Amino acid sequence: MIEQLSVRLKRFGLRLLTRPRLDLPLLLALIVLAGAGLSTLYSAGGGNYSLVGGQAARFVLGGVLMVIISRIPPPVLRSWTPWLYAGSTALLLVVAVLGEGRGAYRWLDLGVMRFQPSELLKLTMPMMVAWYLHPRQLPPSWKDIIVVGLLIAVPAGLIAEQPDLGTALLVAGAGAFALFLSGMAWWRIGLLVGSAAAAVPVAWQFLHEYQRNRVRTLLDPESDPLGNGWHIIQSKIAVGSGGMFGKGWQHGTQSRLDFLPEHTTDFIFAVFSEEFGLVGVIAIMVLYAFIIGRCLWIAMNARDTYSRLLAGAIGMSFFVYVAVNGGMVAGILPVVGVPMPLVSYGGTSAVSLLTGFGVLMSIHANRKLHDSA
Amino acid sequence: MSRKRASLKELRGETALFRRRAFAGFALILLGLCAVVTRYVYLQVYHHDEFVARSEQNRIKPRAIPPARGLIYDRNGVLLADNVPAFRLEVTPEQVGNMDEMLARLGAVVPISDDDITTFKKQVKQSRRFDGVPLKLKLTEDEIGRFAVNRWRFPGVDVVPYLTRRYTLGPLMAHVIGYVSRIDADDLQRVDEARYKGTTHIGRIGIERSYEDLLHGAPGYELVEVNADGRTQAVLDTTPPTPGKNIYLTIDVRLQKAAAEAMAGRSGAAIAIDPRNGQVLAFVSVPDFDPNLFVNGISSVDYKALTTAPDKPLYNRALRGVYPPGSTVKPFIALGGLTLGLRRPSDTVLSTGEFCIPGQSRCYRDDVRGGNGTVNMVRAIELSTNTYFYKLALDMGIDRFSDWMGRFGFGSKTGIDLVGEVTGILPSRQWKATRSKSGWFPGETIIAGIGQGYWAVTPLQLAHATATFAGRGIPYTPHLMLDTQDGVDAPRERQAFPPTGPSLIRKPADWDTVNEGMEAVINSGKGTGRKLGGGFPYLIAGKSGTAERFSRKTDAYDTNKNTAYLATRHRALFIAYTPADDPKIAVAVVLEAGAWGAADSGPIARKILDQWVVDEGGQRPVDTTPGQVVTADALPEAAPAENSSVQGAQPAEASSVLVPPEDDGEDQ
Repeated sequence: MIEQLSVRLKRFGLRLLTRPRLDLPLLLALIVLAGAGLSTLYSAGGGNYSLVGGQAARFVLGGVLMVIISRIPPPVLRSWTPWLYAGSTALLLVVAVLGEGRGAYRWLDLGVMRFQPSELLKLTMPMMVAWYLHPRQLPPSWKDIIVVGLLIAVPAGLIAEQPDLGTALLVAGAGAFALFLSGMAWWRIGLLVGSAAAAVPVAWQFLHEYQRNRVRTLLDPESDPLGNGWHIIQSKIAVGSGGMFGKGWQHGTQSRLDFLPEHTTDFIFAVFSEEFGLVGVIAIMVLYAFIIGRCLWIAMNARDTYSRLLAGAIGMSFFVYVAVNGGMVAGILPVVGVPMPLVSYGGTSAVSLLTGFGVLMSIHANRKLHDSA
Repeated sequence: MSRKRASLKELRGETALFRRRAFAGFALILLGLCAVVTRYVYLQVYHHDEFVARSEQNRIKPRAIPPARGLIYDRNGVLLADNVPAFRLEVTPEQVGNMDEMLARLGAVVPISDDDITTFKKQVKQSRRFDGVPLKLKLTEDEIGRFAVNRWRFPGVDVVPYLTRRYTLGPLMAHVIGYVSRIDADDLQRVDEARYKGTTHIGRIGIERSYEDLLHGAPGYELVEVNADGRTQAVLDTTPPTPGKNIYLTIDVRLQKAAAEAMAGRSGAAIAIDPRNGQVLAFVSVPDFDPNLFVNGISSVDYKALTTAPDKPLYNRALRGVYPPGSTVKPFIALGGLTLGLRRPSDTVLSTGEFCIPGQSRCYRDDVRGGNGTVNMVRAIELSTNTYFYKLALDMGIDRFSDWMGRFGFGSKTGIDLVGEVTGILPSRQWKATRSKSGWFPGETIIAGIGQGYWAVTPLQLAHATATFAGRGIPYTPHLMLDTQDGVDAPRERQAFPPTGPSLIRKPADWDTVNEGMEAVINSGKGTGRKLGGGFPYLIAGKSGTAERFSRKTDAYDTNKNTAYLATRHRALFIAYTPADDPKIAVAVVLEAGAWGAADSGPIARKILDQWVVDEGGQRPVDTTPGQVVTADALPEAAPAENSSVQGAQPAEASSVLVPPEDDGEDQ
């Protein structure tokens, strides 16, 4: 039994090394992005090698996870899906119970590392939606939409309650994109979006005071230039002063002189914009668009519904990161904790993102037969 | 099986549906990304200039560079006031959230006195939010170290290097140079604020005050890059400050030192002036204090000690102390008698020991029982014969008297380049009219003739009058500024102090007569200062004065000859100049408590003149006559020999008259 297992593991490892079967264009794009992220981090951290080294180590860890997961065939992933979803949602509940009475509680201390269960949902959520819709008749009926809505709402609600609006948005987005890609009728989408818009004033009542303040500050940052508005003002100054071609690598004064808060994490894109200017911004946006496009291309060539929906949703939720973070840095979206993917410093996000790309690689490896022929 | 087939059948339609959705989704995403990029175009292209300006505003701050204060030297280039590096704590209010809370926390790291906090808060109100305001000056190394460790806890607080003033000779020059101290809110109202940006100190008194404008210089500016905590990261551009001018004083520290030592701690003043140009060579007021205490904020204990000390060390007696001049005014009155044609040198007066105004019972006494007999002008000066001057003053009349004496500078400020000089009192009808409704009495003219009565002069006025006479009547404003200099390598620029008027001498023979009398005081063997000229290479001319501090209650002669007792009742004055035929130095010495002018102040004047001889390149004069007054080298001050030598003869100079209570001077 053990021998059998070890032989299988050995074969698995051998295959990993000899035939990685990764999508080369996507991999290259990710490497370029990670490279841009690391060099920006180097500059934003004031030439701090340990910061860059730590982030690079996480990229390596994420890359290893990506390669391993790319070897797991989608049907296997699909069979694990309900358990993964249930497990991660249960962990969210544990955090919610443990965090009772504390301000913001998102972390689970595993002794060796702290870890955010909400991070898992970024992947298990689209998996679950894809799993649910996989055997169904598509486009989905109202009944399916409602079930999917519940599947999304429960964990997203728990995360929003932590409170972590940014991650809730990402998780809900990932699920919603799967639903969108499943062919949900446009008029139904319109109806849902319309009623969601109508519910905004109601939702406002459920926001935390600090979240409301962030929105208020966004609308008029100059009203509180030293408090809540400081982030937005300084970020806008960094972006705007970058101009067309930027101040040059390591010459961004806003971050180097500490005017820009959180300049290695949530606001790192302001540093990038300051140092590389509009040209850099456009270049990186094109890179993101390519990655998303490539994900959708992989999805279109996937073998089954589950793989298609999952790959598409992962790709599209990448957009949520970019748009929310980019919008926040440029002062058009409120300050929420959404990192710029693979650029912002921070371990969990990089690892979970690369894990997601591992799933994509696996789907790519198991694409339609007529394409691989 | 059937289910699988069904899904297979639908697969193609589903794939097509997904494909459409994927394209639609990608199109939406591209639209979204374009929207984000549009925002960046808006910020980075359309509002680029505005944000560049705000980014520069963020990081670049103009900062004043205070000029280095001009140095002060004596006439021979001995450094008297120096700038030495030190460190201070500075706070930028803009960077501090809760000031009181921060000060409390900071106080736990670096002790800060309440005085510092009061001054600091006053100054914060007056300065711009982003300008650093000094909180504590002259940090010790220990304090700097402790703050450095805790610096991260105090955004907006910095240790800033600066130059602080050091007075190399300390107390010796305190009453001349004065001192600088921290600029306070009142100063900022008074001065041009732009010129004092970044400057923490300002001249408070003395030369530091009167030449503040020259010494200060003009600030420069630098553009510095600061971080969000306001800490300087780099200097981008510098406009260097213009340092203040160096000043060379007329003072010769060797003479100053000799004068201070000769005073031996006795309260009073000693001043030496070059009669040829009004340069003040020595300017001593005793007691003195250490000006270095004031520079970086004097502790309240030290300050209290200085202000409550009974001998008032902060009080500049040379400049602001007023004393009755006593017999020292006699030479000037004599010259007036000649100039106004009231006396010829040969005219004699019989001194019987008592002078009575015809028709009045009130009489005025000579110093010696029985008087000096028949005296001419030279003898009268030599012996300090009161009767001669009673008569002369009476003949002159108070109006001509005060007009004449006024020409020597009595009753008005000399105009020396120090702040706070007082006028003293020259007896005159006008002066009395401001004080009293009763008119002028002839008796008041009589006692004015021997430097008593209403008379009050500063030691500086006395020295100035002596120098004016010694310089053959040509008046110069006494001054302490000799040269200025732009930086240590630049040439010294002599400052012009021309005579303020024509000579007061009508005929050279008039001067010669009075000079002869003053030479006789020292050199005749019978004069009041007959013990003062021994062994000196030049002829000294001088005049003693012993003024009474209190009015007499009886007409009886004081029989108590104890000098210590007399010192409590007398002020001892002495004026002198040398060489008598071509005067190059004039001195005035005033002791607040001295038994006799010649015996107590005379030796001090002599020691100053001895040092002057040495400074001029001569041998230190040694008095070889036994029993004579000895010079600085030979004996410590206040040797018993000196006192005993006075015992034998009745000094012929105590102006024993009824005088009104004298203004003690110190209250001015």
